[in-house]
Amino acid sequence: MESKPWKPAALLAPAVSAVIFLLVIPVCFIVVYSFWLRAPSGADIPAFQFGNYAKFFEDFFYPSLLIRTIRVSLETVLLCLVMGYIPAYFFYRTESRIKPFLLILVMLPFWISFIIRTLSWINILGDTGLINHVLMKIGLLDNPLSMLYNEGAVLMGLIQYLLPFMILNIYVSLEGIDKNLLEAARSLGCTEWQAFREVTLPLSLPGVSAGCLLVFVLTSGTYLPPMILGGPGNDMIANLIFKRVVGTLDWPFGSAISTILLLLLGVIVYTYNRYLGINQIFKSLQ
Amino acid sequence: MKKDLNEQLDTVVKLYQDGGITRRDFVKYLGIAGAAAGLVGGPFGLLTRSARAAKSIRFDSWGGTTSEALRKYAFEPFTKATGIEVVDAAFTGMDAYLTQVKASYPPGGEFNLAHLSAVFDYARYIGLGFGVVLDESKIPNLKNVMKPMKDALRQLSDGNLSAVPYDLGQTGIAYNTKHISKDKAEKLGASLLWDKALKDKLGSWGADYRTNMWYAALHTGQSPNNITDLDAVWDALAEQRDLMKKYWESGSELMSLLANEEIYATVAWSGRVAALQQQGHSIGYLAPEGTYSWMEYIFVLKGTDLEVAQKLLNFMLEPDAAIAVAKGQNYPPSLDPTKVKMPPEVQKLPAFDPTGQLKGYLFAKPDYWNSHQVEWTEKWDRIRAGA
Repeated sequence: MESKPWKPAALLAPAVSAVIFLLVIPVCFIVVYSFWLRAPSGADIPAFQFGNYAKFFEDFFYPSLLIRTIRVSLETVLLCLVMGYIPAYFFYRTESRIKPFLLILVMLPFWISFIIRTLSWINILGDTGLINHVLMKIGLLDNPLSMLYNEGAVLMGLIQYLLPFMILNIYVSLEGIDKNLLEAARSLGCTEWQAFREVTLPLSLPGVSAGCLLVFVLTSGTYLPPMILGGPGNDMIANLIFKRVVGTLDWPFGSAISTILLLLLGVIVYTYNRYLGINQIFKSLQ
Repeated sequence: MKKDLNEQLDTVVKLYQDGGITRRDFVKYLGIAGAAAGLVGGPFGLLTRSARAAKSIRFDSWGGTTSEALRKYAFEPFTKATGIEVVDAAFTGMDAYLTQVKASYPPGGEFNLAHLSAVFDYARYIGLGFGVVLDESKIPNLKNVMKPMKDALRQLSDGNLSAVPYDLGQTGIAYNTKHISKDKAEKLGASLLWDKALKDKLGSWGADYRTNMWYAALHTGQSPNNITDLDAVWDALAEQRDLMKKYWESGSELMSLLANEEIYATVAWSGRVAALQQQGHSIGYLAPEGTYSWMEYIFVLKGTDLEVAQKLLNFMLEPDAAIAVAKGQNYPPSLDPTKVKMPPEVQKLPAFDPTGQLKGYLFAKPDYWNSHQVEWTEKWDRIRAGA
């Protein structure tokens, strides 16, 4: 059958158009806005100046929020990695018939609204929440433990949101490892632990790194867990963007902060792609 | 040209309804009209909005009990009487709504009426050019509205009105009566929010720099509308931050924190406190001298069909409707109690003024607060973040 060179382009057109209209053009608008000025009334004044960027870097308050965001993102990545590798490895090794069911359990949180899932922690961690209620009822505590409205609660909210992404990435990577390699390692004298350390772990690293990247990027841009579960001083950079855009109608400055975050994440994704390959993420999403 | 197109569409619809054209032709004409509209250009929805304009009007409000009361006592009777549908929408907050209005095309044109709060926001809408000039002769019930409330708006829009005052409220202090005695609350006044004994049991409205600065001004013995020692206010807020458990972001979060005893004291909207009290929670309300008072009003946005809007506003200011809405949302109506008899439930509401003069009620001066908005918001964000 004769190939039609226009066909791939035609098939790609809807997706490419959607990306251009729904992502590229709005992002371009954000970048353009970042050079504008804000009038005292809240109206925007078209201009080309770098005052909004200068304001961000001249005052350590703004970079400090960015640093906090990166720190919290790294903590989330680390915790998700530790908590995600174990179940992913279990799924890889298990021969159980309920394995598909267990995998569905991993994806179950996606069926419930992210806001509802985040709000539900209030009823669990709150002063009158489930844990404190039980501990005080059985006499282990006289006063409730303060578990809510701090960074720990924010991390908890982020982990429950992002853990499935980490598990699925690692699991997909592990599934690609030929189990005969493990048998070969064992037959050559490796212990179970050595086989894991020398064979499984190195071969699963692409999935690990893909999961880490995804979790890091998603954490950096999220604002709901800090807003709902955080206390004073737990805001992240996305909360600042929200306040500037919605709270003070300062779209130019909000756009400048968004652009800085976008550039930072762009550099991270580029570096990742340069050394590890972005296609690993798509595998797990398939 | 837009009018011609609308007329043509109306003619096609009428012909179809009368059986003058077949369904196939009707769809064909619609397709041609749609293609024409696409070629002529214009943002999505512009044509639809103009086509629906005469038969409906959009009203944005706070949702929940407020919207329920408005629907039941104002919108439904209005639709029944006039045949004009009121499209009832809820916004998440004042700032988010203003962002939506600003982002609409043409700016403000996508929206019609909104139940807004605080005079400084009236000034912002006027300043952004979203206002209209209402024909007060078409809103006869406006004569029953308290004069000081109308005057507060008039002075910001060259003596005209782009909104009608609708209700009155306060941001006072809510406290848990199981843990804080009434005597202690009244003795400390605004300083209750700085009581070290309440460390990790205090809350405040995180999104609003004004409320926090207002109470810091009272705590430091200053007039909120003329703060002379700004450093003292910032220091007080920094000190208070260390005592805070949660800066809440919405009315429902405020109620949840108080009801679940996560916090024992916080600044709070009077209507929300009344709602908690009605639900049986042990919550007291404190309105110290200089309590932050505010009014809510129905703002008419530029581009709205004024005839329809004025008709609806007059309907909403009917005593029966306004009082029913007041009971539903726990804020006293803007109607002057010396002209309109108020039922006992309304008279018991916090912020109710039987004189209709509002003497002693302290409102935020729009020019004072708006002129410092960006600078003070940024400073407040810093303090809140502990920087």
